[in-house]
Amino acid sequence: MDNKYKVITAKVSDRAEYEHLANLLTKILNQRPEDPLFLLESLNRTTQWEWFHPKLDTLRDDPEMQPTYEMAERQKALFGRSGSGEGEQEMEEETAETAVPNIMEKAFYFEQAGVGLSSDESFRVFMALKQLVEQQPIHTCRFWGKILGLSRSYLVAEVEFREGEEEAEGEEVEEMTEGGEGMEAHGEEEGDEDEDQATDVIPKPTWKPPPVIPKEDSRTGTNRYLYFVCNEPGRPWMRLPHVTPIQIVQARKIRKFFTGYLDAPVIIISYPPFPGNEANYLRAQIARISAATHISPLGFYQFGEEEGDEEEEGGAGRDSYEENPDFEGIPVLELVDSMANWVHHTQHILPQVTDGRKEERLRVGEQSEDVNADFHESGACRPSSEPWFKLMANVEGESQRHPCQGPSGLMPLRTGEIMHMAPWTARLSCTLSPQYSVAVVRSNLWPGAYAYASGKKFENIYIGWGHKYSPENFNPSLPAPIQHEYPSGPDTIEMSDPTVEEEQALKAAQEQALAAAEEEEEDEEEDEDEDQDD
Amino acid sequence: MDAESLLLALELASGSGQGLSPDRRASLLTSLMLVKRDYRFDRVLFWGRILGLVADYYIAQGVSEDQLAPRKTLYSLNCMEWSLLPPATKEMETQTSVVKGRFMGDPSHEYEHTELQKVNEGEKVFEEEVVVQIKEETRLVSVIDQIDKAVAVIPRGALFKTPFGPINVNRTFEGLSLSEAKKLSSYFHFREPVELKNKTLLEKAELDPSLDFMDSLEHDIPKGSWSVQMERGNALVVLRSLLWPGLTFYHAPRTKNYGYIYVGTGEKNLDLPFML
Repeated sequence: MDNKYKVITAKVSDRAEYEHLANLLTKILNQRPEDPLFLLESLNRTTQWEWFHPKLDTLRDDPEMQPTYEMAERQKALFGRSGSGEGEQEMEEETAETAVPNIMEKAFYFEQAGVGLSSDESFRVFMALKQLVEQQPIHTCRFWGKILGLSRSYLVAEVEFREGEEEAEGEEVEEMTEGGEGMEAHGEEEGDEDEDQATDVIPKPTWKPPPVIPKEDSRTGTNRYLYFVCNEPGRPWMRLPHVTPIQIVQARKIRKFFTGYLDAPVIIISYPPFPGNEANYLRAQIARISAATHISPLGFYQFGEEEGDEEEEGGAGRDSYEENPDFEGIPVLELVDSMANWVHHTQHILPQVTDGRKEERLRVGEQSEDVNADFHESGACRPSSEPWFKLMANVEGESQRHPCQGPSGLMPLRTGEIMHMAPWTARLSCTLSPQYSVAVVRSNLWPGAYAYASGKKFENIYIGWGHKYSPENFNPSLPAPIQHEYPSGPDTIEMSDPTVEEEQALKAAQEQALAAAEEEEEDEEEDEDEDQDD
Repeated sequence: MDAESLLLALELASGSGQGLSPDRRASLLTSLMLVKRDYRFDRVLFWGRILGLVADYYIAQGVSEDQLAPRKTLYSLNCMEWSLLPPATKEMETQTSVVKGRFMGDPSHEYEHTELQKVNEGEKVFEEEVVVQIKEETRLVSVIDQIDKAVAVIPRGALFKTPFGPINVNRTFEGLSLSEAKKLSSYFHFREPVELKNKTLLEKAELDPSLDFMDSLEHDIPKGSWSVQMERGNALVVLRSLLWPGLTFYHAPRTKNYGYIYVGTGEKNLDLPFML
């Protein structure tokens, strides 16, 4: 046996083979089976297996698996019920209406369409939403979708708080920023005073930043819903701030992947610089996707009936829509045949952001309904009269009604081609069984946005990277043109700095003059001394 | 992903949001088995789905005994009838590089592309606008080939090389450990190695020739074109390509389960450098 061992080691040169053989022979020597040659083959296999599969320590937990176990513990907490031992009462409470939607049912329908997370993941999402509903005062809640990121992904929930339960967080932040601006203005004034006192008056810049267009109020327009995100079911839900018009405008100009960390100082390298961090960018993209891809079958939603003229300003009729109790459902085949049976139920975002008032009248912090934060996505029909939604050319007070309004006032989907393709693709979920299938609509502008409708049920979802589709390459905006230099006038003339030689010559001349002056003084002193002595 | 473990594979790859509906899954299970028999493949992989405007293409690939030999590609519109696609050539790639936009979903659809071609007529040389017709099938072939060459992934240790040449499936592969699974260097491109010979001798000395015979993902350009994530509470590692969005590779560490699937529009993400 030992001789054979030596022969083998002499021939084998490859390291892995050598180690394998060494392991094998050690095994044989340890176990000392009766007929080793017979068992050689199976021992070979076992040793190979062990090479790839290290043994686990029975006493200690594997340190590598620590994060996995932690995550599992956290998810176990999701499944635990809060408050134990109340039995029947709890069951009754739970079967009453909760804000948590029936995720499993929607996941089932989306699965028919070939979209969505797997069923156990959907169930975990459901438990996580239940946890969210327990923690926050939520009136309605919906699973908006999932946005993929580089290191982590986001699960997004769209919620509406109960009336009056709006948290003061957002307002506090606003106050702080307003206070900050006030402080800055004050600081500038002080600085100016100091500068006035200095001998050189630095000319004041004539550039004024463009007036900040305030964001829409909560529960209206793009800020109608509140969004919470979490990275994985079991992790805490984080609230996203409201979106401001300038953020949406900037979000259109850049294209960046999400990293997965909300406080990432995203887009440092982007131009034009995005006003905010990843949380704001995420919120802006969510707003754009919601405005562009949330659709419902025609007739599902209707506007609440309001008395009075729709053209009156201040009418909130258009803003709110509610479910139509008389909705009977559209047959699936019709839904698939033509896109005219679908409508957008969210407002669109205009490409220009204006405030229709003249600049003098606009004061920071004023938020009345007359302030225009106009939004409109370029691919959709123009909305009708709205105190909030006015076309750029309009003088305030005027209102327009667009002829292609649907009967209920919701905007129908745009037909015709955008970027050489139809913006939506509609299909039956299963052609083999058309009587039981579901109508599925897929957006071609925002890859990852899907909607299904079947009978009286419908739902939208978005699972994707969060970017718009464009067949052309992305062209980042060019930097701004170089600003003009200050013009030379009688007060300010541009001169070149003195060169080193000139300075040295000047210095030498000054020293000479000084030396000469000192000599004179000394002479005078000597003279004085002499006089005194005398 | 292997057709034999299709259901589990689809379940694990579902984190990207796109999967297959139950009727498609059922048809795939039956039809892929028939494909394996008819074409005498060693393994059949369900490659993925290319979304077209009108219809989707379902793609499958058949692997012969030698795992790295060129794979045969088949496509189907309804997951039942499969048609073999011709192998990809360089000419196809240059020809289809001018086509932009989404796939139609109709294999006989032709893209029109006007080109200026120099035409010699006797002594005169002038340029003429020629309309070139490119079939969608050609585009499909070249896109699948590009995706395969660029982003098809396999974990280290899943295949091993014998000294005689052919590459075999490693039956004793029990999965990567957690720490290895998070590193890009433990994943290889599932294609003939291109960069391996450029490595210095020092680097080559550390490699195990039976396992490290393919390019790893570590040195892919642009850097950061792979997104590595843990899903399902750290029990699954998912690699998503940012260069070809839609390609998802999943692997459950310490188990034999791994695979990749492409569900997307079939277009390269040329804006990647701007987006990182």
